[in-house]
Amino acid sequence: MTGGRGVRVFSPAHLARQVRAGDLVVLLVLAVVLYAGVRLAVGAPAWIRGPEISLAPSALPWYTFLSLLRMTAAYVLSLGFSLAYGYKAARSRRAERFLLPVLDILQSVPILSFLPVAVLALTAFLPERMGVELAAVFLIFTSQAWNMTFSWYQSLVTLPTELREASSIFRFQPWLRFRTVELPFAAIPLIWNSMMSWAGGWFFLMAAEMFTVGTRDFRLPGLGSYLHEAGEQGNLTALAFGLGALVAVIVVMDQLVWRPLLAWADRFKLEMVESAEPPRSWFYDLLRTSRARDILWQKVLAPLDERLIRGPVRGPGSPAPPGRTRPLVWALGVVGGAGLLVGGIFVVRFLAALSGDKWLAILAGAGATSLRVAVALGISLLWTVPVGVAIGLNPRAAGWLQPVVQIAASVPATALFPAIVLGLAHLPGGLNLAAVLLMLAGSQWYILFNVIAGARAIPQDLKYTTSLLGMARGRRWRVLILPALFPYLVTGLITAGGGAWNASIVAEYATFAGQTLTTPGLGSLISQATADGDYPLLLAATLTMIVLVLSTNRLVWRRLYRLAEERYKWE
Amino acid sequence: MPDHLLELRHVSQVYRAGGQQFPALQDVNLTLDDGEFAVLVGPSGCGKSTLLRIATGLQVPTSGQVLYRGQPLHGVNPRATIVFQTFALFPWLTVLRNVEVALEARGVPPEERRRRAEELIDRVGLDGFEGAYPRELSGGMRQKVGFARAMAVEPELLCLDEPFSALDVLSARALRGELLELWTGGKIPTRAILMVTHNIEEAVFMGDRIVVMDKNPGRVVAERRVPVPQPRAMKDPRLSAVVDEVYGILAGTTQPEPVELGSAPGEPGRLRALPDAAVGSLAGLLEHLAATPGGRHDLYRLAEDLGVDSDHILRTVEAAELLGFATVAEGDVALTPLGETFAEAGILARKEIFATRIRRIPLFRWLLELLEAAEGKRLRDEVVVRALALEFPAPVAERQLRVVIDWGRYAELFAYGEDTGVLFLEPTEAPTSR
Repeated sequence: MTGGRGVRVFSPAHLARQVRAGDLVVLLVLAVVLYAGVRLAVGAPAWIRGPEISLAPSALPWYTFLSLLRMTAAYVLSLGFSLAYGYKAARSRRAERFLLPVLDILQSVPILSFLPVAVLALTAFLPERMGVELAAVFLIFTSQAWNMTFSWYQSLVTLPTELREASSIFRFQPWLRFRTVELPFAAIPLIWNSMMSWAGGWFFLMAAEMFTVGTRDFRLPGLGSYLHEAGEQGNLTALAFGLGALVAVIVVMDQLVWRPLLAWADRFKLEMVESAEPPRSWFYDLLRTSRARDILWQKVLAPLDERLIRGPVRGPGSPAPPGRTRPLVWALGVVGGAGLLVGGIFVVRFLAALSGDKWLAILAGAGATSLRVAVALGISLLWTVPVGVAIGLNPRAAGWLQPVVQIAASVPATALFPAIVLGLAHLPGGLNLAAVLLMLAGSQWYILFNVIAGARAIPQDLKYTTSLLGMARGRRWRVLILPALFPYLVTGLITAGGGAWNASIVAEYATFAGQTLTTPGLGSLISQATADGDYPLLLAATLTMIVLVLSTNRLVWRRLYRLAEERYKWE
Repeated sequence: MPDHLLELRHVSQVYRAGGQQFPALQDVNLTLDDGEFAVLVGPSGCGKSTLLRIATGLQVPTSGQVLYRGQPLHGVNPRATIVFQTFALFPWLTVLRNVEVALEARGVPPEERRRRAEELIDRVGLDGFEGAYPRELSGGMRQKVGFARAMAVEPELLCLDEPFSALDVLSARALRGELLELWTGGKIPTRAILMVTHNIEEAVFMGDRIVVMDKNPGRVVAERRVPVPQPRAMKDPRLSAVVDEVYGILAGTTQPEPVELGSAPGEPGRLRALPDAAVGSLAGLLEHLAATPGGRHDLYRLAEDLGVDSDHILRTVEAAELLGFATVAEGDVALTPLGETFAEAGILARKEIFATRIRRIPLFRWLLELLEAAEGKRLRDEVVVRALALEFPAPVAERQLRVVIDWGRYAELFAYGEDTGVLFLEPTEAPTSR
């Protein structure tokens, strides 16, 4: 954030208006895309046979490998998308004005609500297995790409002017600029965001791999379907094995990929002072001294790098004549606008076919799911605030609690769902409880981590002051701790809310031991509509969820966030 | 007529913001010949750094032409380079790699660029520091890396953007000497140097020609040759004479009051930007002047005596002029009787004098009227910034508001709530009743 002490920066009113108009356009685009998907879905087979899932532990490595493969494919896609989209948004004013609001909306849309439409549409015209595979990768991609893109874009536009000017005056070629200036500057936030994206990806992968509705079994061989099958058969040993494999993969990824990357990227810190506690990684130290790495560098990478540098020198910076591109852009805009308008009309006509009863059901479902989300967030707050503050204010507790919490949080909530259903299915209203539990599992960690970070950021001198003043416990919370936590809580709640809404898609509808369990809600409506092939309902319910989440974000969270930014920030 | 090495013809730079146009540079003509060391001096905001970027092709002017050896310049000039004020080193590269990367961009093969980089590092005296990271070096050493990197591309035109202003006094002095030695000894293939600085003494000590710029709008107001061959002695009276003269040009001559004060926002006529000077500095200056026999002082000596740079002195003197505490003529500043009174007054009396003086400034008059008329006599700062943004570019408008708040608070004309961003008249005070 810019704007030092004293005079605060303010955003001009027209920017806010512009974003709001942009919101509507992007929403319309989403509606039209979903509509197209739903129209395609009409051709989807009514009965889809799922794969045979073996519960033998010996099958686990193969399933794990398949899951990892999907994750990797989606991640590579996300990274490529992020780099291209970020470059475009950072380099062109006009593109920026359009690309940023789009990104902002895509980021807050409940991605999982796209799952039914995506798998139905893709299985309609592709071989079933391939359609579901693609839908899974696409879904993971949509969960991973946005925050990485934002981080890359942010880095590109905040690159210090002096470094940008230096690379221009020394006439760096695109590749040299990328690897010497832009990538190093962006590396640390990009790695952190990749870690977040990867963690979020697990959530969607599990959901996609275990997705089944009615007579359509969309499952994919992988860890998710293994867990699902284990829950279905009530095989506790297999459940334990599956979860164990998942945790093992997450831990191994952390040790062999993310830690080394962070240790490597420490050199890219912009600070002109040595950091006190640089991130360490045993695997990175091992790699650093390995001969294979030297050989790889000397024989392959260095020559390749030379080739890339000698590549096209960017021509003199004379801008392209604007006359030629303008009409093309305009023509594209007109065609796109007309297409959108026509699509919009189709969407409205399609939705008009829906009976009043169904709209009422959607309304009721929206209410029920909102309530569940609120309850899940409430419960999260109740336990995470005291625990988070205790951890954050007490470095000794943080020492041993932090890793435990991190491992617990690393398990994607969707992976727990089969186990939760197995445990609660026989209780009255069991799925209702299971749904809230799953939402809790998918949201509480975001709040906890933010509370810990907030408690840690409280300046020591203020802590001393409150003790010196002999403030009572309650007063201390009111005067110091809660205001200090506020911005962190808002950030945590925004992410947690998104997680809870996503969870609702899989949480409110379960097939268990051959029978279907549902609990009223928007998520179960979406799944039910998928099972029944009720496409207008599917579209209406999906759109309702998107609009609901977006408007909550805009009307509640964003305002709170702005308040937090202005009022409750350490300077 | 032989071509100049560099020629700027009728260069103007205009920034647009919110439908307004702000000229940053207006019709600048400048030439630089083979073998010349020219220095641009002027107050901050006069566009001298912008001019440097235009001269190298980093920035394209709104209008006007840049000719290099008689040819119009398109894009970044491959024969020019810049040494930056803030060094612009890549913090994640070692000293060696920082120099090498400039050669890499030119397509020099690996072995040769390593050899040349090591040689250059050796030449600037950083032998042994090849493997060090910039954060391990002092400011002076960092700038040496900046020079080595610039030399690596063997520029014909070397541009220096306040290269010594981020260094401590001793490092700056040493580095200036070393640069002059390389330049006058013909040890580098550089044909001409264009330097930007706001340190007038430094400009006169180093340059063959001083180009004096002024702001609002940024333009060239004078050029002076320095008729002293290198190597020069710091205390050479011929240099002091030029310094004195340049100060005189920059400080101008105190104008009759209506001209000095300008007009209020929205009124016809020129709105005068308040000099960005702290009240504390102003008081310090007036006290120093009052302690001088005769209350008269050479501007350039003032900078030396007070140990601050010329930019700071000029801003503070401008404030004193605006408030009627001092007058400036021919590079000399003299205290007015009012200024003397202020210097001798106690805390409360000073505030009162200050308040009556700033009330005369149209900008404050306008603001107070606005506050009186406002509901609850409260005004959000952004309203003021928005009004000022009609007259100044946005960043300048924000800085102006900061000065207004600083001065207004000191004078107790109004109060300002930092966290609410609201300016308000305090109920106990009734400024209009007086």
